[in-house]
Amino acid sequence: MLSKRNPQLNAQGELIHLLSIEGLPRAVLTQILDTAGSFLSVNEREVKKVPLLRGKSVFNLFFENSTRTRTTFEIAAKRLSADVINLDIARSSTAKGESLLDTIANLSAMHADMFVVRHSESGAPYLIAQHCAPHVHVVNAGDGRHAHPTQGLLDMYTIRHYKRDFTGLTVAIVGDIVHSRVARSDIHALTTLGVPEIRAVGPKTLVPGDLREMGVRVCHDMAEGIRGADVIIMLRLQNERMSGAMLPSAGEFFKNYGLTPEKLALAKPDAIVMHPGPINRGVEIHSAVADGAQSVILPQVTFGIAVRMAVMSIIAGNNA
Amino acid sequence: MKILIQNGRIVDPASGRDEPGDVAIAAGRIVALGTVSPDFHPNRTLDASGLVVAPGLVDLAARLREPGHEHEGMLESEMAAAVAGGVTSLVCPPDTDPVLDEPGLVEMLKFRARNLNLAHLYPLGALTRNLGGDTLTEMAELTEAGCVGFSQAESACRDTLVLHRALQYAATFGYTVWLRANDAWLGNGVAAKGPLATRLGLSGVPVIAETIALNTIFELVRDTGARVHLCRLSSAAGIELVRRAKAEKLPISCDVSVNHLHLIDVDIGYFNAAMRLTPPLRQQRDRDAIRAALGDGTIDALVSDHTPVDADAKNLPFAEAEPGATGLELLLGLALKWGEESGATLPATLATITQRPVAVLGAALGSLGASAGRLVEGGVADLCLFDPASRWTVQPQALRSQGKHTPFSGYELPGRVRATLVAGQLAYEAERAEAR
Repeated sequence: MLSKRNPQLNAQGELIHLLSIEGLPRAVLTQILDTAGSFLSVNEREVKKVPLLRGKSVFNLFFENSTRTRTTFEIAAKRLSADVINLDIARSSTAKGESLLDTIANLSAMHADMFVVRHSESGAPYLIAQHCAPHVHVVNAGDGRHAHPTQGLLDMYTIRHYKRDFTGLTVAIVGDIVHSRVARSDIHALTTLGVPEIRAVGPKTLVPGDLREMGVRVCHDMAEGIRGADVIIMLRLQNERMSGAMLPSAGEFFKNYGLTPEKLALAKPDAIVMHPGPINRGVEIHSAVADGAQSVILPQVTFGIAVRMAVMSIIAGNNA
Repeated sequence: MKILIQNGRIVDPASGRDEPGDVAIAAGRIVALGTVSPDFHPNRTLDASGLVVAPGLVDLAARLREPGHEHEGMLESEMAAAVAGGVTSLVCPPDTDPVLDEPGLVEMLKFRARNLNLAHLYPLGALTRNLGGDTLTEMAELTEAGCVGFSQAESACRDTLVLHRALQYAATFGYTVWLRANDAWLGNGVAAKGPLATRLGLSGVPVIAETIALNTIFELVRDTGARVHLCRLSSAAGIELVRRAKAEKLPISCDVSVNHLHLIDVDIGYFNAAMRLTPPLRQQRDRDAIRAALGDGTIDALVSDHTPVDADAKNLPFAEAEPGATGLELLLGLALKWGEESGATLPATLATITQRPVAVLGAALGSLGASAGRLVEGGVADLCLFDPASRWTVQPQALRSQGKHTPFSGYELPGRVRATLVAGQLAYEAERAEAR
């Protein structure tokens, strides 16, 4: 029988795995953001390394391909002086029929200290966290539609960097919310940090009404959704959803929900535009916006390294 | 073999009998019920003081996993689980490998079950060949081989024309068609659509997957007059449709599983694969409706939906895990738990797993029809003796079923089975049922 306790916290309430932002106290989120701030300067030094994870082995287990996320985790781990082993599982063991838990057991026998896991199924990192050795830490690098907590945290870092305070903000998340692990992690983080208005914007196929139960205001009209917003988070529209039963075409999506300079003018004048990347120019975002003065898409990437360093250093310091 | 059961509380929902007494059994049948003549000289005497003597339980949905899934369950292990749970008659769906679409397979299964001499086995035949939804099976041949009805199991019949013809054909000969109401396209998710599925990022099955399928089935029943049994309802809206169809006197019946009687989607917690079930667990209001409808008779029978699943198939991310839970040994305890919580009397509670499922089977039971699920003098002696006052903790490793995965691990349940008799033979006996 599974324990009812949040499996990412130990008995003292300290973070031992990062599986989801849901259920994490505000103090834990703030601790991660503050720690990330202290690492930001490391990334600007001549020698970009601190010895916090020296001698530790971090395994990047990517059951689903993602060069970008894997690279940022690899950089973060290396700047903490860890040994990093990248495993492209999508093309190795599981292709040979090895089960997920057998893969984990084998890698645990190689004395891994941390698994960074990307998987196409919601909840896979929970299964791994339940079955790995007690000293091993698990970081969810994206599971199915469920969660992408480090992306959520780097988004929060970015918002805090530009807006300072969460408690007066209006944040609009636009696009394919229903399939987005980034949106879920952002919504949980924004709610926990006290953002009073979170809007989910898109057509009913991608933004169903039951999202309201996560504490967001559902808007099917783009103008209504971004009017007066302080922060606009555009989501990537996956290629396979651009035409079919969800949407008729990428062009029609852009016409209704693409972020153009005209639509951006409806938001607050100092609104920032974010995107988890990689961006589809002309599908969810106009190039003039993506490259414009209000875009913070590239700073997000920079902050992402510091946030991942913070997460790895914090959980490595806490025992189960 | 003559057996005397002494000093029990005899509870027979079918006749309304609930009184202390003795039961005498000879040559596989009940020869005296209530008062036993002193001239009866038994080979064995069972002391049933403090125990309820009830009809053997009848389970309308138990997968035994043979043929084809022997790594998850064998006839030996699952029939042993049945009698340990007090179940003396069970219906198994046709989704074996190969599926039960050939009379030879059904005869083999019945033959193997008979040799084990544990519970009575009533297979459902496949409605279409290989459950493919295209070609009808030889229903008359399969009935002769021992099938009590025809089912698509979990494979929805996508083609309404084929389903229409299958019901017409079955209606011609009076066969009952067992269907699970699930739209083939809307019903593909792994959790019930709702806040929990949204939060966890699991694909959701909307309630309309059930109600659209029910409406289609009811229209086909109106047109063909076929008798349909609806398997494992899951939603309040679905139950309301069934209630109206019954008021209209459509020839339908339905069941619900012990899982859906007690659990809701929130029990999935942090992706607990033991809660990966078909149909998916729905919300509190759906469970409330299920519990009320079992009480008022809208739902005809409570089933275990016993599905042994091995660890390799369960220790996977939630969506990839195989649906199903072991249930035969929990049926009685979970029924009694519902009875205690809902205020149903003991006979009314037991009726949901004895008399009422037998009524669903009806004439298909053949010679056993007169005595299955009830206690009658001259009837086949299928009995379940249990201690209503004892409580036990569900420990998966202690279960006899090969399937150890249950959502109820660690639950404390009422009603420990002390002995089970099938056709007058002691098929299961816990130590304390022995006369001292």
